[in-house]
Amino acid sequence: MTSETQPHPEAQSHPEAQPSKGTLRVLQLYPREMNIYGDWGNALVLKQRIKWHGYTPELLEYNVGDEFPDDVDIIVGGGGQDSGQLVIQDDLQARAAQLKQLADEGAPMLVICGLYQLFGKFFKTSTGPIIPGIGILDVETHGTDERLIGNVTMKSAEFGDILGYENHSGQTTLGPGVEPLGTVTKGAGNNSKDGHEGARYNNVVASYLHGSLLPKNPAIADFLIRTAAERKFGTFVPGTPDDGYARLAREHAARRPR
Amino acid sequence: MLSFSVPLGKLVRTLSRLRGGGSAFPGLVVEKIDPGFMQRTLASLPLGVAVVSGTNGKTTTTKMVVELLESQGLKVFTNRSGSNFTRGVAASLLGDVDWRGRLDADIAILELDEAHAVHFVNKVEPRFSLLLNVLRDQLDRFGEIDKTARLLEHIASKTTDTVVLNREDPRVARIAAALNTLDAVHHPEIRYFGLDESLRSTFPNDDEMRTTGIGPSPSGTSVAAETGDDVDLPAADVVLRRVGAQDADFEFDDETVTTSMKLRGVYNIFNAAAALSLARAILGTGPVDTPKLVKALGEVAPAFGRGESLTVDGQPLELVLVKNPSGFRLGLKSFPAGGYATMIAINDNYADGRDMSWLWDVEFDSLREDGVEVLTGVRAYDMALRLQYDDVPFGVVEPDITAALRTFIDGSRGKPKRIFCTYTSMLAIRRELAKITIVEVVS
Ligand SMILES: [Zn+2]
Repeated sequence: MTSETQPHPEAQSHPEAQPSKGTLRVLQLYPREMNIYGDWGNALVLKQRIKWHGYTPELLEYNVGDEFPDDVDIIVGGGGQDSGQLVIQDDLQARAAQLKQLADEGAPMLVICGLYQLFGKFFKTSTGPIIPGIGILDVETHGTDERLIGNVTMKSAEFGDILGYENHSGQTTLGPGVEPLGTVTKGAGNNSKDGHEGARYNNVVASYLHGSLLPKNPAIADFLIRTAAERKFGTFVPGTPDDGYARLAREHAARRPR
Repeated sequence: MLSFSVPLGKLVRTLSRLRGGGSAFPGLVVEKIDPGFMQRTLASLPLGVAVVSGTNGKTTTTKMVVELLESQGLKVFTNRSGSNFTRGVAASLLGDVDWRGRLDADIAILELDEAHAVHFVNKVEPRFSLLLNVLRDQLDRFGEIDKTARLLEHIASKTTDTVVLNREDPRVARIAAALNTLDAVHHPEIRYFGLDESLRSTFPNDDEMRTTGIGPSPSGTSVAAETGDDVDLPAADVVLRRVGAQDADFEFDDETVTTSMKLRGVYNIFNAAAALSLARAILGTGPVDTPKLVKALGEVAPAFGRGESLTVDGQPLELVLVKNPSGFRLGLKSFPAGGYATMIAINDNYADGRDMSWLWDVEFDSLREDGVEVLTGVRAYDMALRLQYDDVPFGVVEPDITAALRTFIDGSRGKPKRIFCTYTSMLAIRRELAKITIVEVVS
């Protein structure tokens, strides 16, 4: 392990001295209920990388009953307990039209696990009741008694190798309106049969992967940031974040057992 | 009834000890030839069985309850070996019964893993139970914390005399409501242990891990914090009022008692309130020597590896076991960085939990000023990445624990040291420390 070159921690660029290239507003959906298994990591990575690319991040929260901010550039949402999903269900339905319009217009979004399921058409629980989704993604999810747990690696034409950790009993099937995010090389993914993971629609990235997803997959984080900057300012001028540790963490994670 | 199972089981136990075999094997043998052995033996105890369960702090709390009861002259059987399984309990019992199968004890205090507790309480109804907390721990095994709460609820519903609940943990406190739906005959008495309002902000719960934009939040988390004051909370049998550097205040029987504490870390001391409450329930209306009880509380040392202090090269070296986000955050809060050299060791073996997501639910700001000397363990680079995103400076990243430990000790001579470590990395570190230097356990 000693042969690996280690980036020096101080090498991280701190662009505070330069004038900001503009403000990007990141909205976290329901962080109070949907924040399980490191979902904060995704918001933190967006915040820091926006800064490292020379822009100014602004982190916003939307919780049940809040007023929905009308100018957001990136939306990120996570997973939750079953109880958490019940709490947000009605409020999410009330926001469905707005979120759908944003997705249709190309706003970049990342939804993980629970909110991935609720961004689909419905979740049919294993005990019977159907939780309606908001139909942004052409996917449906069926609760099962089998829990898909463990490390996941997959290949994506768009983002290269994607690594993370899955933990879900809902199994998701994709309709013709979405593409899978990647093809699984270790782990289960959307369901125990099809061999693919996550879903893509416009600039919406949906996945079951925790880990957290963005720290070890900076390509996805930068896709969200680039898309947001291009939509807002017409262009994206990237900075030079130091991804040495991300690369080493990926190498080591890829060797871990399922 | 004279049974051959006990002598045979004890013989197997002796033989497997001689062979250096596992501790549960004799339990398996006795279980096979005499399935009623454990129930029968435990049922013979005059004060019955008390179980301690919850995600964090079971081992130290169980140890405290045992020592508190022993201070009052009770003879206590406990599953000291750390075996959480029914079979492990049977094996420990074999070690303690005489050749006729009689156990010379007043009560059994058993530490039960949530996953195995249900199986156990279906066989042996506990007279007392103490339910500590439901935190995110090894979710890759249990699935969801709501499920863990249901397991604890099942333990409570099987308890015949008194259930002691953590008033400050919403998922544990909620168990009281479930118990109230039981019919009067099966309704155990409910007692609580609690925290002073001033200490609540140091006890995060997982539902409110964070607030606006500033990462995992250490505040505003308990049932009480939501309501803002004590008014809506049930009265607690024991309340932890204050934690000082070397002492703490506990309130019970309308009086506040100050005692010196050997335990470190506010969460350990909160568990002392839990242990005190269970001990009081068990002692019940019998004579209680309160000064002795309080003295015993002050003298309890932490269980193996949980916030213990060793001496290496004449300097203290503290091992702080961190196994879930709440535990890590409490560890950072309870052991401030100033003046210490710090190492973090993160493994992802089965016993640690394979999912690394939890590192992202911990806020490392408190380490920013002093930095971290060494990062190690299988997932050292995940930890490095985590610190990079929290702008915490760090030195060497070396996944190999042996090499990292040498670098850490060599690089911080003359300085007190602290290692935050996951379970299997803690075991590896202790093994290595024993090789490098004479390890003297000081508390
Ligand atoms: Zn999940």
